[in-house]
Amino acid sequence: MELIMEQLPVVINSLNIGFIQTLKLFFVTLIGAIPLGLVIAFGSMSRFRPLSCFTRIIVWIIRGTPLMIQLLIIYYFPGLVLKNPIWGSGEEGRFLAAAASFIFNYACYFSEIYRGGIQSVPVGQEEAGLVLGMTKSQIFFKVTLLQMIKRIIPPMSNEIITLVKDTSLARIIALQEIIWAGQAFMKGSQGISGAIWPLFFTAVYYLIFNGILTVLLGRLEKKLDYFR
Amino acid sequence: MSILEVKNIYKRFGRTEVLKDVNFSLEKGQVVSIIGSSGSGKTTLLRCLNFLEHPDKGMIRVNGETLFDADNPASQQESEIRKKRLHFGLVFQSFNLFPQYTALQNVMLAKELLAKELPDYKARKKEIQEEIKTAAISLLKQMGLSERMNNYPHQLSGGQCQRVAIARALALQPDILCFDEPTSALDPELTGEVLKVIKELADRNTTMIIVTHEMSFARDVSDHVIFMDDGCILEQGTPSQIFETPKEERTRQFLGHYQNDILL
Repeated sequence: MELIMEQLPVVINSLNIGFIQTLKLFFVTLIGAIPLGLVIAFGSMSRFRPLSCFTRIIVWIIRGTPLMIQLLIIYYFPGLVLKNPIWGSGEEGRFLAAAASFIFNYACYFSEIYRGGIQSVPVGQEEAGLVLGMTKSQIFFKVTLLQMIKRIIPPMSNEIITLVKDTSLARIIALQEIIWAGQAFMKGSQGISGAIWPLFFTAVYYLIFNGILTVLLGRLEKKLDYFR
Repeated sequence: MSILEVKNIYKRFGRTEVLKDVNFSLEKGQVVSIIGSSGSGKTTLLRCLNFLEHPDKGMIRVNGETLFDADNPASQQESEIRKKRLHFGLVFQSFNLFPQYTALQNVMLAKELLAKELPDYKARKKEIQEEIKTAAISLLKQMGLSERMNNYPHQLSGGQCQRVAIARALALQPDILCFDEPTSALDPELTGEVLKVIKELADRNTTMIIVTHEMSFARDVSDHVIFMDDGCILEQGTPSQIFETPKEERTRQFLGHYQNDILL
């Protein structure tokens, strides 16, 4: 116990640096996947059959295979197979590859949530808008969108909380996120080696961050309680 | 000249012929009721008039202007249709109010969006918005909803919702206001307040087409009654012709189900 207290400042400092990378991946994924998901959702609902079939096959592949495999393929395939290492070297390259994989993967999940949300708004809403002389885009932005957002907040909250924990998968391509930072003390780093507790301790970071997110998302849900 | 002429309308969904050679016309200020059993094509006919469905054949003219002609593809362009819809208003059976807006906002929204297309919108923005708001408030008052303007639809009763929906349709000043079974989703207790409002509109010479199962109301409010059966207009005439001396056996049979209602 005494030893742990001694090691704590060094470990916390390291874990903080790792967690910043975790947060970066988390927010970049959200910012990329939220709009991309909408594009994919419209693709999969398109009346142009080839487009909707193509989109649905992509979504099926992405949702049907492990994110870890996708990370490995996206990171290593260009360099090892195509001999064209597009991601660049070092931490920056690993981050770009991880961000690309996460954004694409999560956009596919989001697209299905959006699709459900859009289709759950009664057709009567669109018809009422049409009869009142609104354009399709006015109907989407002024009528349908908010109703859809209200409906998708609970499933989106779920995905967002899963994303926080999924960022740890980027460890597989040695992205220096919090799990990587915790593990470093097992092999030996900054004079500490053979310590497993820092790895266990990373769980606290996830737990607290998810606690904050749960509260924020809950508030957002409450905010839209004013209509049904 | 008739305000509305509907000629030879045909519509099929897959193999089912929903409308077969529907013809009728309507004079300004008249109220027409369309009656008939469920599945006879009444609602589809209204939806065709509001361009929510495209007839397969036929023609629709308003004030002599051809709005739809199945033989002329130019009359079916999406961008044109949006403007043409504005000749008609439609009140739905299930209200279809926008839940995230208050009663007042529901009435104002479409008008505000249309106002943005005016050439002088930017210069007169404040003034135009005031006008729209004043008009919306007076419509809601006319519907007996002055206390309810800032309520959201889920805070209103069905009858109140339907009255908001009527105000919303009237806000765009359509030439012809259509009602698709406006009281069918309401408790019998609440039907009265909606029918009363429609009656008042009729008294003010609002041109209306009403699809309804309320026979005594149809008889009371209409200038003209259309009986539809199996996609055709089987019989049409004045309320007394249709309700007292129907020519067709099928009409008599249909009205027989409502005998108590009509006697009231």
